[in-house]
Amino acid sequence: MALIGSMPAFAEEILFVSQGGAYQKAQTVAILDPAAKKLGITVNQDSVPDAWPIMRSQVATGKPTWDVVDVATNFCLRGGEQGIVEKLDFSKIPNAAAMPAEYRSDYSVAYEFYSSVMGYNLKKFPDAASAPKTWADFWDVKKFPGRRSLRNHPLATLEAALMADGVAPDKLYPLDVDRAFKKLEEIKPHITVWWTSGAQSAQLLNDGEVDMVMAWNGRISALAKEGAKVAYTYNQGILQSTSLCVLKGAPNLPTAIKFLNEAVDPVHQANLPLHIDYGPANPKAYDTKVIPEARVKELPSAPDNAKVQALMSYAWWTSAAGEAAEKRWLSFAQK
Amino acid sequence: MSVIDPSDRYRRREQGLMLLLASPAVIVIVALVVLPVGWLMGQSFYDNGFTLENYRRIFSEDVYWRSFILTFRIALMVTVLTLILGYPVAYAAAHVRRPWDVLILSFVILPFWTSVLVRAYAWLVLLQRTGVANQVLERLGLISEPLALVHNELGTVIATVHILLPFMVLPLYSTMQKIPRELMLAGASLGGGPLHSFLRIFLPLSLPGVIAGVTLVFVLTLGFYITPELLGGGRTIMISMVVSRNVELYNQWGAASAVGVVLLVCVLAIFMAVGRIIPLDKMLGQK
Repeated sequence: MALIGSMPAFAEEILFVSQGGAYQKAQTVAILDPAAKKLGITVNQDSVPDAWPIMRSQVATGKPTWDVVDVATNFCLRGGEQGIVEKLDFSKIPNAAAMPAEYRSDYSVAYEFYSSVMGYNLKKFPDAASAPKTWADFWDVKKFPGRRSLRNHPLATLEAALMADGVAPDKLYPLDVDRAFKKLEEIKPHITVWWTSGAQSAQLLNDGEVDMVMAWNGRISALAKEGAKVAYTYNQGILQSTSLCVLKGAPNLPTAIKFLNEAVDPVHQANLPLHIDYGPANPKAYDTKVIPEARVKELPSAPDNAKVQALMSYAWWTSAAGEAAEKRWLSFAQK
Repeated sequence: MSVIDPSDRYRRREQGLMLLLASPAVIVIVALVVLPVGWLMGQSFYDNGFTLENYRRIFSEDVYWRSFILTFRIALMVTVLTLILGYPVAYAAAHVRRPWDVLILSFVILPFWTSVLVRAYAWLVLLQRTGVANQVLERLGLISEPLALVHNELGTVIATVHILLPFMVLPLYSTMQKIPRELMLAGASLGGGPLHSFLRIFLPLSLPGVIAGVTLVFVLTLGFYITPELLGGGRTIMISMVVSRNVELYNQWGAASAVGVVLLVCVLAIFMAVGRIIPLDKMLGQK
């Protein structure tokens, strides 16, 4: 690695942008370093918590410096619509062939999966019999008294509301937005906090500020590992992904595509969950035997877990109806 | 009013010199305030050509008015509370002997050097259900159920008052320090009781400090972001949060700029209205 890094004049390079923190560290060890080594390229890194406005302004200037971006899938799709993201030639990304069609788009390749799950306090709900298991339970304040928290964002929250109202996980789209907001009005008086950051959701559950929360699986499992009395269920979780996409007019376009293919290589992908609680996006990763059996059970994208969850449709969220629902959220939260 | 007044010429030359001396500051203000605000205003009217869409949205969607009303209400509450809390502190600091005034002022200024983010989180820890405040109240038997002190408007106001208190105390202190003590003695010698002397002599003379503090705190509260975001529970949506949501939702600076411009106009209107009752320039000029 040091050798490759020391001769940038000969090596091809790309600038890869992710969200930083423990997540970017994990992917550096699991995917970025091995991929760079295998391809003989240099992967320079940058991290931005909210890449979308910068993606826009980079392309608007006509001279972007970023090549590959790891962002929530809807931004790749929206970027494709607005001419900010390159259209992908999948003949050059053979590793993506094994991925289900819903994991890809003309502009994106799914990179890792996480899930919006229901987490709860084990002190309040100590055993399996008393624990909430579905979003209908989360909405049932009589049977499951306690304080609740949801994310201050419509993505996944509207899906949960519809499942609470009896919609099957595979019949969610196109979302019935009116029905979802109506159901949310029902639970609103019982929501103590509408959280805005992942760290906040974990803190609320850990401090006993709330008894039940919709949160990302990795946040709750991290708390549990630290010894907090918390648990979660994948049942009716909303399976979400970040994807890789390439900025329009990226300075190192051919290298970026090569990297994209390598990043979804089954073995690199299988490495990721060894370092962080996110699941590989390439299902082939589960056939590599790199991930221990016990670990597979904990991952959001593992076939058995994926089966009981709803897969978020980013295509719907980037449609006109999806964007209208997103705009409606602000007035809902405020009233 | 004679034809040639030497003092007039002198005054003019003095003014010219002052302008020259002030020019670096003027350049800085133009570069950092006038140009960006001008750009902001331009953006709010521009989206591939002239448009009023950004303003139409503000005036037709009630989301904006709700946030404006909430923001001004919180700003008013915070201003009144900081004044009530800050006035006695400034009064004490201006009247005690040497080491004690330094001590009081350092208590005011020390938290001022701590990051707003850290202080907001500290309040979160203190005020939440399992926090110190609720635990103490429960131990004392004053409450049986934890109070909802945070994740709402109350938590936002408490933390904002704490963060902005120095901006009230410092201008008050500097004004009060300059009020000659002899005036109060004179009041007493004329038969005025302490309260009477305070109301007739001290309070009016301290008004310039009150105006400066109130103005600072009010305007600063209008722009608060982190405190309502962390302590407001997702319901206390102040204008700054609407600005940030606008950038996220509409992906254009114009929508956010328009909100900023409307806020600016509202603030200016308020100060002009207040200025009709209390002449601001005289108060701030301290003449």
